[in-house]
Amino acid sequence: MTESTGGTQDQGVDSREALVRADRTELKVVEVREGMFGARDGADTSGYGGLRRPVAFPTPTPPPYGGWFDEVAEAFVRGVDGGTLAGIVVDRGELTFQVRREHLLQAAQHLRDEPSLRFEVLSSLSGVHLPGDEGAELHVALHLLSMTHNRRVRVETTCPDADPHVPSVVSVYPTADWHERETWDMFGVVFDGHPALTRILMPDDWPGHPQRKDYPLGGVPVDYKGATVPPPDERRSYS
Amino acid sequence: MTSDPYASSTETAEGPVFTVTGQDWDTIDAAGVEGDRLVVNMGPQHPSTHGVLRLILEIDGETVTDARAGIGYLHTGIEKNMEYRTWTQGVTFCTRMDYVAPFSNEAVYVQAVERLLGIEDDVPEKAKVLRVLLLELNRISSHLVCIATGGMELGALTVMTCGFRDRELILDVFEMITGLRMNHAYLRPGGVAQDVPPGTLDKVRETVALLKKRLPEYAALCNANPIFKARLVDVGHLDLAGCLALGITGPVLRSTGYAWDLRRTQPYWDYETYEFDVATWEQPDAYGRFRVRQDEMWQSLRVVEQCVDRLARMEGAPVMVADKKIAWPAKLSVGGDGQGNSPEHIAHIMGESMEALIHHFKLVTEGFRVPAGQVYTAIEAPRGEIGCHLVSDGGTRPYRAHFRDPSFVNLQGTSVMSEGGMLSDVIVAVASIDPVMGGVDR
Repeated sequence: MTESTGGTQDQGVDSREALVRADRTELKVVEVREGMFGARDGADTSGYGGLRRPVAFPTPTPPPYGGWFDEVAEAFVRGVDGGTLAGIVVDRGELTFQVRREHLLQAAQHLRDEPSLRFEVLSSLSGVHLPGDEGAELHVALHLLSMTHNRRVRVETTCPDADPHVPSVVSVYPTADWHERETWDMFGVVFDGHPALTRILMPDDWPGHPQRKDYPLGGVPVDYKGATVPPPDERRSYS
Repeated sequence: MTSDPYASSTETAEGPVFTVTGQDWDTIDAAGVEGDRLVVNMGPQHPSTHGVLRLILEIDGETVTDARAGIGYLHTGIEKNMEYRTWTQGVTFCTRMDYVAPFSNEAVYVQAVERLLGIEDDVPEKAKVLRVLLLELNRISSHLVCIATGGMELGALTVMTCGFRDRELILDVFEMITGLRMNHAYLRPGGVAQDVPPGTLDKVRETVALLKKRLPEYAALCNANPIFKARLVDVGHLDLAGCLALGITGPVLRSTGYAWDLRRTQPYWDYETYEFDVATWEQPDAYGRFRVRQDEMWQSLRVVEQCVDRLARMEGAPVMVADKKIAWPAKLSVGGDGQGNSPEHIAHIMGESMEALIHHFKLVTEGFRVPAGQVYTAIEAPRGEIGCHLVSDGGTRPYRAHFRDPSFVNLQGTSVMSEGGMLSDVIVAVASIDPVMGGVDR
């Protein structure tokens, strides 16, 4: 099912087939991981240093999307500015609107107020850090719920690490208050227009944003029966 | 003025600020200060704030004019930790979030992993029934804790002792099935960790019968009790529009009369085939929420009985997906030493098949891979919608796991429920939200 690279070298990255999943979903490479177990730190006799694995996510899907997705997508596009939508992804039975950040607030307002959409509840808002996704390292995902129509949709927007600003949706969804504070706290995304964007889980004077990928997990090595077990983020791992 | 650093005065733009810690009010020289605002810090270590919740209250006499919740005192980095463990090991972490309803945490996570893997339809029938059984028993035990601690905070200590007494019955069932009273890690991607031991169904039947005798005690003690009603009725009022704006779900939402329950509206694991009613109340206050929880316990008992009937017909049926690569990491057949692998399996990999040994090694050390993508799954936890936003990069570990915990979201209702009310009503309002700080702070 997946684009597994197994142990062979140079597979996947250049070959087009490998980036189309078995169900014909096209994938976008955001990162290529190389090596494993730190094999490239010295003379590589294991061959692990030659491993390459592309990290690729589903790309926008062409219409039709099937079911109520078409109806909602159409109603959404009708009410927003031309440049709002960067793509519509349908994957694993879930609908995602990729929205350019400068249009996020308008898009949220439209999704909430348009009677045929009526996504009146913001279930969740959270961040994802993808250091390899150049120019869009920080993703913010809003999970909207329409109780009226019993539907869910995801709105995803991105911002670069160099300019981590996304408009706040608190004015549309008051519940976003704490969600956005948590996303600021954990990822360093600045939500412009938030009434009081302060840390929420970490202490006020905490340095850094813990859930970013460049922030170490931390931990101490543990001695056990004469051997030393390194902390989890320093153990050998399968890239 | 005192030199105590915790009881001093500071000059701010809005005038002098005096900090007092108790029994030192006479040290304050507030003469010449016009008007005043009194800010009281309640918690985080306060018996009535449901764990390490800090409430920052601005009061005028006994009336609360501004209420804010300060959280984060129980932040343990569960989401970050899960990024460094395999997909199967993630269950062990997330079960510790909302420790009063651990099965809901596990359930929403395994549902997300299964959707990422595309194996939602392959999960065996018996695993689904077992999950529903545990989720519903957990709903009862969680509501019992809510009613018990809520009662204790009012001074109704008998409600507290009754609640914990009956919760214990359910924890005994959990212990029999999963081996643990809480933090079970029993639900696994693809099914459940192991089949139920012999005698489980009889034990559940016994417990249900006993609970049916015990639950009316709460109604008799509280429902028409004038003191209880005086403390709860019209306290912590929040209507439907307020709930939707603040994203509040669960008993708080249903107390407005709106029958939104994901078990009915977006059924998972065959909930549509179970007979039960969604409990609602027409009065969106603390008393309404108490009654909704009470009714829900009865409805959960109905579901539990149906689960037991189904399980009785499923003896020996599989409880894990057929795909061995997904099933294996969770397969813990008890060996001679009381844990680990079965002797047959060890004999097979060590003595008979080199390939089996390789597979064993790969699956145990590496775990299974999950195709890249993201999903959001949601189920109805005792406190409302618990959601899991799970992102995979195609590797052996979750790339990002985020939990939308109902306590976290519902706690935002503290301000709107408390402001303008009495100080003593803040306790009742917070208790009616029933936040569990392990879930709020994660």
